[in-house]
Amino acid sequence: MERVSNLSYKNQRILIILLFSLVPVVLLLTFSYLPVIKMFQYSFTSWDGFSKNMEYVGFDNYKTIFTRPEYFAVFKVSLYYFFATFVQMGLALYFATILSFNVRLKNWFKGILFFPTLLNGVAIGFIFLFFFKPEGTLNTLLDLAGLGAWQQKWLLNPHLINISLAFASVWRYMGMNFIIFLGAISSIGSDIYEASEIDGANRWHQFRHIILPSIKRILQLNLILAVSGAIGVFEIPYVMTGGSNGSSTFVIQTVDVAFKYSKLGLASAMAVVLLGIVIIVTILQRVLIKEEK
Amino acid sequence: MKKTKAITGLAALTLMAGLFAGCSSNNNADNAAGTNAGNNGAGTAATAAPEGDGAKDLKGNITVITQRTDIVDTVFKDYAAKFNEQYPNVKVNFEALSTYEDQIKIRMSTNDYGDVLLLPTSVAIKDLPDFFEPLGQKAELEQQYTGLEERSVDGIAYGIPITVNYSGIIYNKQVFKDAGITEVPRTIEQFMTALQSIKDKTDAVPLYTNYAAGWTLTQWEAVLATVAGNRDYVNIAQVASDDNFVQGQPHYDLYKVMYDAAKNGLIEEDPTTTDWESSKADLANGKIGTMVLGSWAIGQVKGLATNPDDVGFMPFPTNAEKVLVPLADDYNLGISIHSKNKEAARAWVDWFINESGYPTTEGGGMSPVKGAELPEILKQFDGTEVTFDTLAPAKEGEEGWVDAIDKEAEIGLWQPDFKKVIIEAAIGNRKDSYDDIMKDLNDKWKAARAKVTAAQ
Repeated sequence: MERVSNLSYKNQRILIILLFSLVPVVLLLTFSYLPVIKMFQYSFTSWDGFSKNMEYVGFDNYKTIFTRPEYFAVFKVSLYYFFATFVQMGLALYFATILSFNVRLKNWFKGILFFPTLLNGVAIGFIFLFFFKPEGTLNTLLDLAGLGAWQQKWLLNPHLINISLAFASVWRYMGMNFIIFLGAISSIGSDIYEASEIDGANRWHQFRHIILPSIKRILQLNLILAVSGAIGVFEIPYVMTGGSNGSSTFVIQTVDVAFKYSKLGLASAMAVVLLGIVIIVTILQRVLIKEEK
Repeated sequence: MKKTKAITGLAALTLMAGLFAGCSSNNNADNAAGTNAGNNGAGTAATAAPEGDGAKDLKGNITVITQRTDIVDTVFKDYAAKFNEQYPNVKVNFEALSTYEDQIKIRMSTNDYGDVLLLPTSVAIKDLPDFFEPLGQKAELEQQYTGLEERSVDGIAYGIPITVNYSGIIYNKQVFKDAGITEVPRTIEQFMTALQSIKDKTDAVPLYTNYAAGWTLTQWEAVLATVAGNRDYVNIAQVASDDNFVQGQPHYDLYKVMYDAAKNGLIEEDPTTTDWESSKADLANGKIGTMVLGSWAIGQVKGLATNPDDVGFMPFPTNAEKVLVPLADDYNLGISIHSKNKEAARAWVDWFINESGYPTTEGGGMSPVKGAELPEILKQFDGTEVTFDTLAPAKEGEEGWVDAIDKEAEIGLWQPDFKKVIIEAAIGNRKDSYDDIMKDLNDKWKAARAKVTAAQ
């Protein structure tokens, strides 16, 4: 009988590696790649997500998307989240830099900043729904601070709603950026700081000439993730407003098309288009950032 | 050093793999069970439960899926106990889904979606035979039940309504009294005046829209027949018309009430942050004057009121000659085509509709059983001009057209979207006027109608 121990060490290693990778690869295929392939397939049908028969309609769905400007009008909303991305990255970088030096209650602050990332997006939606209510937290706080005149109906005002929602989104995702930056900054050796201090560098010089160049790669990565996130915004506006009052995004629209109007084929095509846009934007970013060098 | 790291990594990976493998093997087991249970549902003969002595011999284990998460562990348990007095050998299990419509749709893409379940309203009527067991010839069952026409295909019924709802306005009588309204408003004009005097004379919100919850806005669509004053309008006249949303048509008049109320500040202060659960209590206790809802909500609102007698029901205002309150099915109860115990399942369906008392007590509407007594709250309308009637079914060959046109056009008659747009426009958040919105809807309707009628 063939025994594993009869195999050479090299073959044993290969066998073990193969066996161990089998599970994650199968999971990846089943839950990531197969659905994407199916999505492409559905995007060429007029399937309602339900019926036993699926009618093949060719490129009709794509034609519908590209001939109806209202589907793309919602990308305007993504701009709010796009700008919020920079606020988010700036804040994350700021806190990460400060907390990488010796500060009192360092770990406590780290915990506070990272905490929102652990919460479920739906819970965050509800928290902020109360936060923005007319008699809610934000207005109460403003009143207490003597800024009663600044009180607003944060979700009712069409000029403020997307800013309010983007703010909630920044609160939610900043912790993740922050922790990644913090990790990257921690990997910079302390001797470099010491040397720079001997040379007379202040904190700003250290940030500008040591930290920023060292974490450039991470910065790029975070930026790419944040921007593609801004294009695909979904849960915060969906939970808080359901996309009403001009806060709808492309993904909300896709979900509506699929589940409110039972046009799963069309919705799949929209998802494919979104995927395309994200890929293009990512490539664009990489190219542009490279040129800067 | 390096080796230790590799080993730790490997150990972590093993742990992860183990975790996931555990999950996936469970799933596989479930799926396998589901597949084995399946049949192709080739037979179209209806399943009938045995009666009399046969009931004792009926054996099986059935799963009933319900949307009532609130009472599944209490009232439904009692139902099962009573059911077992008649059918001692049938074991009934319950499963309650919190977002029924969404979850059951996903379940129905497998073969494992219980034995008895509610027919999701989003399934196209023509697809019902693929998923549900026929309950019998509609013509025959009609002798016994009302409301079968909503979920029948080719003369065969696939579901029986768990209760029959009537829709209109639930209002607080005390608020009306405080506002000096002595008579229940009948016409749209009278209604608007009433709302205005609630605003002027009391602290209550005259008309609460529940904009944020969204689905609550769809309740308005249910009173369309009242505005039309005609039971033929919804399923027959509507599909025959290209001008569904122009001035003078029921849709226009109906949502004009919503628009005008919002425009004149007769709705809640900030609709974007309303909360459905607390709105029920506010209506019950006089902080809200009126809400457009179905009868199913009356019981819930009364349950929260300090004085339940304050909660009243009135038909939606109309300028039509007669006041018609439409009766419409709640969810329909049906049997999965993949059920292994169809007879036991059928026994449950019959028992639940006829003997559990659910339709009038927990369901809050009228019993679908013909000749059943009217609920208490409706007795006040005896001898008045108010009539209660079901909607006329669509013409033969035109079944499901309203739905098909609606989906094709992405109007969403039963979705909150365009109602939200109306409110947003009325409070000045959008530039479009009411007529712009209606024109847009009408254009969509017209185009989709052309497409749907051509395809048939």
